[in-house]
Amino acid sequence: MNTLEITKDNSQSDSNRNVETIQLSGSQAVLEALLAEGVDTIFGYPGGAIMPIYDALYDYSEKLKHILVRHEQGGIHAAQGYARTSGRVGVVFATSGPGATNLVTGLADAMIDSNPVVCITGQVFAHLLGTDAFQETDVINITAPVTKWNYQVTDACEIPTALAKAFHVARTGRPGPVLIDITKNAQIQLFDYAGYQVCNHIRSYRPKPIVRREYVQQAAELINAAQKPFILFGQGVILGKAENEFKAFIEKAGIPAAATVMGLSALETDHPLHVGMLGMHGNYAPNVLTNDCDVLIAIGMRFDDRVTGRLDKYAKQAKVVHLDIDPAEIDKNVKATVPVWGDCKETLPLLTELVTQREHKEWLTRFRELEQEEIKEVIHNELNPTTDIMTMGEVIKTVNELTGGDAVIVTDVGQHQMVACRYAKFNQSKSNVTSGGLGTMGFGLPAAIGAWYGAPDRTVVAVIGDGGIQMTIQEFGTIMQFGAKVKILVLNNEFLGMVRQWQQLFHDKRYSFVNITSPDFVTVAKGYGIPGRSINDRTNLKQALQEMIDYDGSYFLEVMVGKENNVFPMVPQGSSVSEIRLK
Amino acid sequence: MEKQEYTITLYTENSIGMIGRISIIFSRRKINIESLNTSPSEAEGIHRFTIVINETEEVVRKLCRQIEKQVEVLKAYYNTNDEVIWQEQALYKVPTDVVTEKAPVERLLRQYGASAVVIRNDYTVFETAGHREEIDALTEALAEYNLIEFVRSARIAIIKDSEGFHKKLKEFEEAEPASEVVENKYLNKQDKVFTM
Repeated sequence: MNTLEITKDNSQSDSNRNVETIQLSGSQAVLEALLAEGVDTIFGYPGGAIMPIYDALYDYSEKLKHILVRHEQGGIHAAQGYARTSGRVGVVFATSGPGATNLVTGLADAMIDSNPVVCITGQVFAHLLGTDAFQETDVINITAPVTKWNYQVTDACEIPTALAKAFHVARTGRPGPVLIDITKNAQIQLFDYAGYQVCNHIRSYRPKPIVRREYVQQAAELINAAQKPFILFGQGVILGKAENEFKAFIEKAGIPAAATVMGLSALETDHPLHVGMLGMHGNYAPNVLTNDCDVLIAIGMRFDDRVTGRLDKYAKQAKVVHLDIDPAEIDKNVKATVPVWGDCKETLPLLTELVTQREHKEWLTRFRELEQEEIKEVIHNELNPTTDIMTMGEVIKTVNELTGGDAVIVTDVGQHQMVACRYAKFNQSKSNVTSGGLGTMGFGLPAAIGAWYGAPDRTVVAVIGDGGIQMTIQEFGTIMQFGAKVKILVLNNEFLGMVRQWQQLFHDKRYSFVNITSPDFVTVAKGYGIPGRSINDRTNLKQALQEMIDYDGSYFLEVMVGKENNVFPMVPQGSSVSEIRLK
Repeated sequence: MEKQEYTITLYTENSIGMIGRISIIFSRRKINIESLNTSPSEAEGIHRFTIVINETEEVVRKLCRQIEKQVEVLKAYYNTNDEVIWQEQALYKVPTDVVTEKAPVERLLRQYGASAVVIRNDYTVFETAGHREEIDALTEALAEYNLIEFVRSARIAIIKDSEGFHKKLKEFEEAEPASEVVENKYLNKQDKVFTM
């Protein structure tokens, strides 16, 4: 066993020597590993090369819930949704070849949005590797750029160690997707199983940086000297489970804070220091004042180009404090004056201790003044339209009223996503599930299914466009069969809205293939046993949404909204954040 | 910032697929790898990559951080040519009669310190080691004398200011260093811990 490559990092083999072993198949070892890791839900799809694992699963079906998705992409997006609302690792099964390649979009999405996901793929028999066997693809190399780690198992003895390592890598440090490819012979093979040991150390992998107190000290000095400090917070706060530490910090330092798309819900929307969302379609004040603050404190965010706009005109006047667990993010896009490398769960309390209790009243007022301007120019009209045509914003506003901000809001990608992120109210963390970095259309419906399994007691509302839902609409079948109580809210503008908006603004309104027709969604949903309705009259909006939320089960609601409405404000590509347009 | 040659030295686990995972970090950014060598290192079981690229310091620094994110990479260093002792090796196959009959060839080989590896009736294989420019110069000179085959290896390099990886490996193998240990060990060398 020591000759196996994978064992070199792990104590699994050493401590097993005096332990009694039992004969287990590789497939059983996979399922034992999942149980030991506390997994309760698997999203998957069977096929030839993963059949031994599915055969073993037959005997584990009381302990492990398996949700049969309708497409492997749906499986991995569901696992992402599950990870995002539960804070745990999502697990996916898929077969070799097309099963595995169908995971690639989800892996890329999980990689860029740091979702902890473990994918287990079947692979052809080891002796067939490289022979162009039926349903053979080079999954390890195909997925290398979009996984945090991947590994091919060809011997059953490796399975406990490989999976222990997979879970450790997926959930620690900056989380990410891991793929374990298991050849069919290894799944079938019987071996001496000596129990499962959770992995908590890999010598080549240092997920938790050692906090450098002198940098925390320097950061505190900058913050204490600042007159116009401004905080940007990202998903790192949620991934680090540091919401309370974050709140304690901003409240003591009295600093206005704005969220990235991925950071939304880490701080409740109504918090007096929450000044909105950053980025291309973010709020006016945080974008404009980014170029006015004197100290910019970035926490668990990565200065994505959709946040920074034109980089050479981004916060040039400010000293930058950057808290991140991933050293590769520091200085990647924006040069940090003081890097605070570490887990924000650790660094934030240290910083809180050192900062002076302050209130930046005047500075905060600047945000509120600009907010008033945005309300006047954009928000008021979006939420209270004067024409008969419904807006996406008023739909979200009504959802807020009915759920009180307690719902999990899952979105797909496009205009509806930006509107939902802008206007949805979040009372608690892990409530915003969206495809941030990759912008994957088709993410919404399967992610919402997973989100519900990750938080089955919460109301999960999937806000999706008429384009995106058609990309993964087959997952209606998953809902039909397993009963995820997802509220599907399609905002239909009969266009691929975001591309149309760009074509209108930047391509002389040359609408090139953005006019998308839709099926009768309500009938389609009905075919899958999901009740629903479609409305195009404002007078029905509130009651229809209420019906959707109250329904004990999945429900489909289509709301016809303005065809050529645009999302504003907007930082046009290539512009500075302070050149944000209100119209 | 000016582009210049940088030697990147990686200490990694010796696992299948490492070259691929490393090389895609470069190719994704459309950066050409001038030379790449893998070998064992001074530390048992740890592999050493030596990669040469022509880039600015900023790009190289960011690349090294991305490389270090790979789960099976222990450490990435980058150095300018001044900071390393480096060599490349070359093999030349020339017709034996050219060597015996043409005096300038013998002089050339002496001048570049080339030594014979194999001598046969029909051809002789010479070997030399040195910097790229020296090897290139000899290659160019020999080209006039019916050079049959030529091959040059990737660069290998020793970092002048390095104490090797033995100690570092021990640190990596410690599962969770105690907080006092951490404080004492890292606080005093500010820049070395954070920078690569």
